[in-house]
Parts: sequence; C-alpha cells; structure tokens
Amino acid sequence: MSPSSATLTPSSRPRTATRSRRPRRSRDLWLGVTGVLIVLAGAETLSRTGIVNPDFLPPVTEMYASLFEMLGEGWFWEALWLTVRGWAIGLAAAMALGIVVGFVIGSSAFLRKFTNSTIEFLRPIPSVALIPLVILIFGTQPQSAFVLVVYAAFWQVLVQVLYGVADVDPVARDTARSYHFGPIRIARSVVYPTALPYIMTAFRLGAAVALILEITAELVIGVDGLGRELGVAQSSGAVPETYALVIVIGFIGVAVNLLVRLIERKALWWHPSVRSEQS
Amino acid sequence: MTRYFKQAGYALGLPVILLTGWWVASAGSTNPFWPPLSTILEAFPTTWTMDRIVGDVLPSLARLGIGFGIAVVLGIVLGTAIGLSPTLRALSEPVLEFFRAVPPPVLVPIIALFAGYTGWLGKIITIALGCLWPILLNTVEGVRGLDPTLTDTAKSYRLSPWRRLVFVILPGASPRIFTGARQSLSIGVILMVISELFGANRGLGAAIVQFQRTFAIPQMWTGVILLGVIGVLLAMLFRLAENRMLAWYVGQRQIERGA
Repeated sequence: MSPSSATLTPSSRPRTATRSRRPRRSRDLWLGVTGVLIVLAGAETLSRTGIVNPDFLPPVTEMYASLFEMLGEGWFWEALWLTVRGWAIGLAAAMALGIVVGFVIGSSAFLRKFTNSTIEFLRPIPSVALIPLVILIFGTQPQSAFVLVVYAAFWQVLVQVLYGVADVDPVARDTARSYHFGPIRIARSVVYPTALPYIMTAFRLGAAVALILEITAELVIGVDGLGRELGVAQSSGAVPETYALVIVIGFIGVAVNLLVRLIERKALWWHPSVRSEQS
Repeated sequence: MTRYFKQAGYALGLPVILLTGWWVASAGSTNPFWPPLSTILEAFPTTWTMDRIVGDVLPSLARLGIGFGIAVVLGIVLGTAIGLSPTLRALSEPVLEFFRAVPPPVLVPIIALFAGYTGWLGKIITIALGCLWPILLNTVEGVRGLDPTLTDTAKSYRLSPWRRLVFVILPGASPRIFTGARQSLSIGVILMVISELFGANRGLGAAIVQFQRTFAIPQMWTGVILLGVIGVLLAMLFRLAENRMLAWYVGQRQIERGA
C-alpha cells in the first residue's frame, strides 16, 4: 500500500490491498514450495548416495511409502484420534484456566504481588518431574497425560496473559479510568486488545508444549497414542516407520499452527506485525 | 524499613500458607504416595549427598547450559536474518514450520541412531533443538514487530546496515528475544529430564525415575522438590540477566507506569 492510500475512504481500501497482495502471495507460496523441495531432495540425495548411512536416514521416498501404508491401517487412526483428543482436551482446560486466572491476578496489584513468588516457584517446576508421580497414581491411563499436559500448558498461558495484562499502556488505562469506565469495560476495551497478541502467543506456545507433553507421556509412560506406537516402532528397529510416525506427529503440529495462525490473522488484523505483511 | 517488611510479606505470605497447609494435611498421612512433608524433608540431606550432586546434578546442568547456549546463539542469528528478509521468510517458512512443530522428545530415537544416547552429544543436541524454536520464533516476531517509525528513522538517517542491526533492530527485538529465551529455558529443563529417561543411568532425571521404580517414594519427592528448586534458581538467574540487559526497557515501563 502506498502512503497515500491511508487517506482513501475505507470502502476502497480493501480493494487496493488485495490487488497489491496477490502477486506477492503467490510468489511466497512458490518460494515456500521451493524451500520444502530443496530439503526433501537434499535428504533423499544424502541417503541414496550413502553420505549418510541409509540405516539411520532412509530415503524420503521410503519414509513416505511407509507412511501411506500406515494410512490404511486401523491402529494408526485409533492412535491418531487418541493423541489428538488427549492434546485438545488438555490444552482447552489449560487455556481456560490460564486466561481466567491471568485476568483475575493481572488486574489486581495486590494479587499480582501476593501470588508472584508462588507463581515464580511453581512455574519452573518442570512438568516432567511429575512423571514418576502420575505413573504411581494413574499408570498408563489417559489421565497421566492429561495431568502433564494441563500442568505444562497452564503456566505458559498464565505467564503470557500476565505479561499481556501488564503491558497495557498506562495512559490508555488512566484515560479509561478518568472517563469512569467500569472494570468490565476496561477489561474489554483496554486490557483485552493489549493482551490479545499475548493470548495468541500463549495459544501457540501452549499448543506446542501440550503436544510435547502428550507425546512424551505416550512415549515414556506408555499412554495409548502415536507416541507409544513410535516407541514400539523404534524398539523393533523399524526405521522407515519410525520416521513416518515422526512426520505424522510433525504434521499434527503443523496443522495446529496453521489453525492458530488463521485465528491470529483474523483476530489481530489491526496489529503492526500482521499489517506490515500486507503493505 | 516498613517497605521491606511489606515486600517480604508479599513474597512469603502465600508460600508460607501453602507449605503450612501441605505440612498439616500430610502430617498423619499413611498413604504411601503422599508421605508427610516432615518425612520428605528428613530424607533430603541423606539423598542428595555431595557425591550425587557432583555425579548427577552438575552434569545435567552442564548439558542444559551448553544446549541452551547453542540455541540462543543460533536462534538470534537465524531469527534476525529471517525476520529482516521477506524472501528468506517465505523460503524457509514451511520448512521451519514443520521442524518447529515436531515435538523434541520424538527426535530422541532418531538422534539416538546418529549420535548414540549414552554420551553427552545426543542429549545436548536434543536440548539445543528443543530450545531453538521459541527463541527463533520470537526473534522473528520481534524483528517484524519493530516500530516502523524507528526503522524508517534509522533509514532516513542513513545508518549503515550494521549499525541499524546493533542499535535499532536487536535492541528493539530484545524484549521478545528474552520472552523466547524464557520459554526455551523451561522447555530445556523438560528436555534435560526427558533425555535422561532414555538410556542413561546417571543424571538428575535418571535418579528420580530410579527412586520411583524402586518405590523409594520420599526420595522421589525430594527429587521433584530439587528439580523445582533448580527451576526456580534458573528463573532467578534469568531474571537477573534480563533486568541487567533490558534495563532500558524495564526502566521505560516503570517511568510510564509512574512507579
């Protein structure tokens, strides 16, 4: 967008934006595809020429052959469903809890000071420290994974939301106060827009950490899901299948990130980091 | 003087309440999984002797430090480059998107194929790879989210690219970089423990799981607490570094708040 377009009437602005954006979009798409092809071709070459031992790194084509074979099998879809379900439930619980607690604590100076030391103590306790505990209590039941996922993702979300609430422009807040905005209105029209980018970051990070912990629980504890299948494939020496499962798990993560980004773009269209891409 | 008392009260109030609650609630506990807090504390000095600290705790921390350090350097360098160049961003985005989305514990079996998992190398690679993405991502976001006025001003003053990098871009992105590094540190601690669950018999994580497998429950609890304390100390160390290096940002915020 040229500087003069800022003075255009709102109705004509979107049209200008889409027109200038389309060539760039398709160029970005092609660049992205090129990047992926370079990596795939590189890995295939390394393996086929024996620069890297093919026992360690099978050709990419073999990995995908094994992947497509898995797509036809029932256990795969069962495991995929269990992993995604465990991840989604845990993340949803952590997000809800983190946002509510974050807004409540963040909006009161007293609560912030009162809970700060406790949060700072509990947050860095690595969720994996709880692994022995959940094994004792729940064994290989899905609850083991749920506890780990919620514990890990909750702190990520809470800390981001607290950062976000603390990042509110004091002038804006004071202005709202002198206009006698009530606490709910301040939360909605001053705190929420400031905190929204942080909440989106929290969602993204929380989603990643939740997936890490869900897979870890499956891999280490033996909760049913893709992680457990990965452990089985690895210990039985099925290298292409191991890679195929890693790729599938990676794609779950990619799908999640794309979804988050879509929501982010819709929710943060006014933010400089999103807008500068369209200029 | 009263101000310090007040601050101490704020810092210690809730922890004291919670600890007292735990102590009272667990006092007469006969449940083997939830031993009384007093039993756990008694087991602490006999469990974590000098021998164990040197043999298990310090190597774990050293691996974490090396892996995290590699991730910080790589993350800032790559993140700045990607954040500055839209072409590079478009080229690398799908690939990075994929590698970032792979949960690091999944790489353990694969890293084990290449580097073996009994030594330090595999564990350090695991930690570094896991820590890299939050720093990289935040650096990219920080560089992208720079105030356009700042970058435009730097451009119209014809600052050389190098000076723009050192005086405008990196400082401008540094609050986000620190946010990323903070996230990475907690992922690093997670990976430090996980990496020891695979094929290692020494290290902090390995020791805790050993206690759990032999049903040495109070000892296991001391391990969980020790991990927590280490996490807190690392976070404090990080805070110290952040306050020093982001002094201008923290100060600016405080002035704006009128504190």
